[in-house]
Amino acid sequence: MFHWLEKHPFFFAVGVFLVIAFAGLIEILPNFAQASRPVIGTAPYSTLELTGRHIYIKNSCNACHSQLVRPFKSETDRYGHYSLSGEYAYDRPFLWGSKRTGPDLMRVGNYRTTDWHENHMKEPSAVVPSSIMPAYRWLFTNKSDIETAYAEQLTVAKNFGVPYNKPVSMKDGSSKTVKMGASVAEAKSIALEEAKVIAADMRDQDVKDAVANGQIPEIVALIAYLNSLK
Amino acid sequence: MVNRPLEYDYTVAKMFMLTTVVLGIVGMLIGVILAFELAFPGINLILGDKLAEYTNFSRLRPLHTDAVIFGFTLSGVFATWYYVGQRVLKVSMAESKLLMSVGKLHFWLYIVVVAAAVFSLFAGVTTSKEYAEFEWPIDIGVVVVWVLFGVSMFGLIGIRREKSLYISVWYYIATFLGIAMLYLFNNMEIPTMLATSPAGETGIGSWYHSVSMYSGTNDALVQWWYGHNAVAFGFTVPIVAMIYYFLPKESGQAIYSYKLSLLSFWGLMFVYLWAGGHHLLYSTVPDWMQTMASVFSVILILPSWGSAINMLLTMKGQWQQVAASPLIKFMVLASTFYMFSTLEGPIQAIKSVNAIAHFTDWIVGHVHDGVLGWVGFMIMSALFHMAPRVFKRELYSKSLMATQFWIQTLGVILYFTSMWISGITQGMMWRAHDEFGNLAYSFIDTVTVLHPYYVIRGVGGLLYLIGFLMFAYNIYKTMSSRPVEERELQNATPMGA
Repeated sequence: MFHWLEKHPFFFAVGVFLVIAFAGLIEILPNFAQASRPVIGTAPYSTLELTGRHIYIKNSCNACHSQLVRPFKSETDRYGHYSLSGEYAYDRPFLWGSKRTGPDLMRVGNYRTTDWHENHMKEPSAVVPSSIMPAYRWLFTNKSDIETAYAEQLTVAKNFGVPYNKPVSMKDGSSKTVKMGASVAEAKSIALEEAKVIAADMRDQDVKDAVANGQIPEIVALIAYLNSLK
Repeated sequence: MVNRPLEYDYTVAKMFMLTTVVLGIVGMLIGVILAFELAFPGINLILGDKLAEYTNFSRLRPLHTDAVIFGFTLSGVFATWYYVGQRVLKVSMAESKLLMSVGKLHFWLYIVVVAAAVFSLFAGVTTSKEYAEFEWPIDIGVVVVWVLFGVSMFGLIGIRREKSLYISVWYYIATFLGIAMLYLFNNMEIPTMLATSPAGETGIGSWYHSVSMYSGTNDALVQWWYGHNAVAFGFTVPIVAMIYYFLPKESGQAIYSYKLSLLSFWGLMFVYLWAGGHHLLYSTVPDWMQTMASVFSVILILPSWGSAINMLLTMKGQWQQVAASPLIKFMVLASTFYMFSTLEGPIQAIKSVNAIAHFTDWIVGHVHDGVLGWVGFMIMSALFHMAPRVFKRELYSKSLMATQFWIQTLGVILYFTSMWISGITQGMMWRAHDEFGNLAYSFIDTVTVLHPYYVIRGVGGLLYLIGFLMFAYNIYKTMSSRPVEERELQNATPMGA
């Protein structure tokens, strides 16, 4: 059989393809049948949080920070409850990372504040002595791209039924509605309202002024995202 | 038809040899910079605060991985295909104008895609998925380049004289099919510019941005099915194709066992794809998949060692060649590193070992003993073997090659040993508890302790880069020297006085 295949490239290629495709069929398809379902308490990202998530990705934060707490005592002691599949239901893409040069950030919103992030992004070693993380000072001057985040919200709401403008159950029995604008202008004003809350806790005068003038520096959106990680 | 030997046409092979060398230097240089950034964080600001965004570790890291995978390695795969393909199929590219144009188009489009990829990664345009960072416009470019490679390959196979496909060709075909399948499915994404707001606005935001078709755990599953097997079909399968051709050619020995190559090939094809889940042990991926991934990773030792042992036994009775020829040294050490790396990987895929190893430098060390020791050595060996034959000149310096061998071997050893120690140290410190059950170390303690190993790793990487520059110089001097026939013949009869 093998000698015959080696003389017939077409059938050889078909054979190889069937053999390599087999594992994917068995492993990947069944999991897709039960598409990711959110656990209670998981809400879609707001416009500003999603903008911050894009900034997280743009700077490849995931190259050094994971977002996956494994079910070990040492990890739950350090980072909080181990990760549940449903918590990632709205993560497109997933950001688990593959290397922890810095600590895990899955629940960083539980134990770090806006103020802490602001100082840390400006000069990490001033907050964590002998940190090897580089400073991210350009985030204080670069302006955020709200429009792309809005376009992504529209896309996931339409194609994947992500529940924007719909009540989502929270852990304490209450419900929360994440707003998505009906137009670019409204999306921007929603994001700006969120940004004002973050900027109020910040010290950098240039950032505060920018937000007061209706602009959103990248750092504000990034902190909004980091604070949402719980 | 005139009965004379075939004149193979190496035009396209030469073009890809050039990009192998150039992109190899770029990728490895960025790697060395990254290594020293971890050891000495001040290097993040090497070009000042204004350009910090572009010299920063996190911005450069995808550039390093993509430059060595899609730049250096793929160029090497293409270069060797355009050399080996003609020779084992007994057909010259000069015989088909169409295939020659497809080959050249393949090269030039590849250059365009590489340029676009470098530019976009510097700008921070990325999907975040490892080795699949490119956004949809570049993905389309990658697919077109890959289709051209396929047309080129199957075109040549279609007009072949030698009816039986040599082992290397099996592996090249598998490379083509594997990457095609994986890349397509992992990059399923929807461009966000297609969205329409309730107010009727269209084309909102960046035109190149997209959102993954899969979310959360499913996304992770597809990504590591891709990520691990991009390693399989980029770093293993085509490199095995190379060694099956170049080792027998260089040593003059026949392949030890045809049956062993059959077993290794079909075994590798079947087993490799299952192992992707070992990147997701203890994650939220279903448990049965994690177990399957562990089990198949261990089984993977069989086909991997099958190929490697087949190569080492090919040298049976001819071991004096290892001492005599630096090129044979490179290839024998490459297959040894292949054995070593394919034993280390399965060990790390055992769940209890993975609990310590995952997220640490040990994984980085594992990748690098594979790519530096196996992929890098094998691609350089291939080019060393090809250079005199495609340029029709003697290799510039054999002793330079021998020196390079020892420098790079030392570099690889420094690299993986330091990363072993670093990874296991950090893994153990993360999980250490004191007698009251509290964590023994804060996170930063587990970072500062790694400093010496980061320095050693940087030095190891630097040695490897220096060796690669020696390789580049050797190839350049070979290429630019006078052709053999132009030179004064050594043993020619002296002109009559």
